[in-house]
Amino acid sequence: MEPVVVVDRVTKRYGSKPAVRELSFSVGKGEVLGFLGPNGAGKTTTMRMITGFMPPSDGRVLVDGVDMVDAPLAARRKIGYLPEVPPLYPEMEVREFLAFAARLRGVGRRDVEGAVERVSARCGLAGAGTAIIGTLSRGYRQRVGLAQALVHDPEVLVLDEPTAGLDPKQIHETRLLIRELARDRTVVLSTHILSEVTVTCDRVVIISGGRLRAEDSPERLAARLATAGRGSAVVEIETASPAEAAAAALTAAPGVASVNTGSETAEGTVVLQVALEDDEDRRSELARTVLGAGAPLLGLRRAGASLEDVFLELTASEAEDGETA
Amino acid sequence: MTAALIICRREIAAALASPVAYVLFGAFAFIYGYFFTEFLRNFVEVGMRMSELGGFSGGSLHVNHDLINPLLLTAAVVLLFLVPLISMRSLAAEVRSGTMELLLTAPISDGQIVAGKFLGGFALYLTMLAVSLLHVAVLFWFGQPDILPILAGYLGLALFGAATIALGLFFSSLTSSQIVAGVLTLAALLLLWVVEFAGQTGGSFGRLLAYVSVTGHLAEPARGVVAVRDVIYYLSFAGFFLLLTRETVRSRRWRG
Repeated sequence: MEPVVVVDRVTKRYGSKPAVRELSFSVGKGEVLGFLGPNGAGKTTTMRMITGFMPPSDGRVLVDGVDMVDAPLAARRKIGYLPEVPPLYPEMEVREFLAFAARLRGVGRRDVEGAVERVSARCGLAGAGTAIIGTLSRGYRQRVGLAQALVHDPEVLVLDEPTAGLDPKQIHETRLLIRELARDRTVVLSTHILSEVTVTCDRVVIISGGRLRAEDSPERLAARLATAGRGSAVVEIETASPAEAAAAALTAAPGVASVNTGSETAEGTVVLQVALEDDEDRRSELARTVLGAGAPLLGLRRAGASLEDVFLELTASEAEDGETA
Repeated sequence: MTAALIICRREIAAALASPVAYVLFGAFAFIYGYFFTEFLRNFVEVGMRMSELGGFSGGSLHVNHDLINPLLLTAAVVLLFLVPLISMRSLAAEVRSGTMELLLTAPISDGQIVAGKFLGGFALYLTMLAVSLLHVAVLFWFGQPDILPILAGYLGLALFGAATIALGLFFSSLTSSQIVAGVLTLAALLLLWVVEFAGQTGGSFGRLLAYVSVTGHLAEPARGVVAVRDVIYYLSFAGFFLLLTRETVRSRRWRG
């Protein structure tokens, strides 16, 4: 695939502290690239370098073959950018603001009205043209933010945490919209929510500590994360207090690595976290063990680590690898 | 240049959408109107006393020299206090609200952003200044002042505005707080005003102070004389702070 955005050994230092270190990746034409990492990983800094907001300390960024430092205006023209906080003027009307953004990005005077019309329809703002931006809800502001990024019909759309702060319905709508927008352009979006990339992205770049940790399709990455999560199966058993007998019996049971007794709840129940030696399903044996110890069995479930937890573990452990390598 | 005009237009629209601009225009009209009435009454009283003396006083009153000249100098001092209120918002508010990111990622140069912001502020300043033309029109209604010296005076005030707005824009680019920007601008302008009096002590240091003074260069234009040195002073003053502002905007990119 022909790369549209090339990030080539880019480093960004604030003072002497590097926020991004020797980062390289590229985004193919028509691709949706998810930029994933914990907060403070350097996502926003990287996006700001791609959009030409700030120059890299080292390395280069190419947009459609144009160097962002050598020809910033030509390169910026090809990009639409929605920062984490949508850049909106609260006193303006939606339509007025979009026309301003269009003019600023080089849309000709005669084409402005058509561009605003098109982008309003696309972002679900058709009825909100005369609304004052300051009075809009968070979801609508986000739509206006997306619309201003799109108004000059850029080849590359860069979205910094586009679903942050939205409610579940708005998140769903935004994701659908991004997928639809991606049909005829390249999209780079950052997020710290893992499920977001599985829904919207073709490819994922994971960074933490300013370094590249992984680069793969969401499916393959999910498989990797699942493997990384193996061997840490935990079963949570709810029983009545006192639970010493049950805990002792469970500790002695085959395949159990350790038992962690939780604190007593107001209803007089206790949750025992039973860590297993492998990921075999031992729930029925564990249930019998508890009952055999004369304790009531009030609940039992496998505690699967969330994707996010596993992801964080992966980035943390790979971060250590990166330091020692 | 188109981009600068687009930014300039938005700047004016934003100011007119908030009550601040109208309060400023109103405040200027009120304060300037007060001075105008006082000066005019004084002028008329002195004139009547002189005519009672019947020419023995040896002097004569002229509306340009004895009314409009001091009036324009007073206008400059009033404007000195209002300029920070026009300029403080300019770049500081963009940084605070995050819209700076929109401007800095648009395909326009930093110079165009600064030019647009300056033109917007300058246009608001000129609008405010235009309020005082009403008072001058009254003088034309009742008398025959010479128009050329008045034009020279207004040219001086326009140049004065360009310089002070540029200074305010610079302080607005340093911080994301409008208040800080406004207070710094006011402090700088007050300093550049009082050095005019300090400069009257004479000596080479006094002459230097007098030259630096932002109000001192209005003396000649207010009398109807457009001197090259005053024009150069204001233009280079404005140019210097506009270039400085562009550098701060550029450094903001590096700092993020």
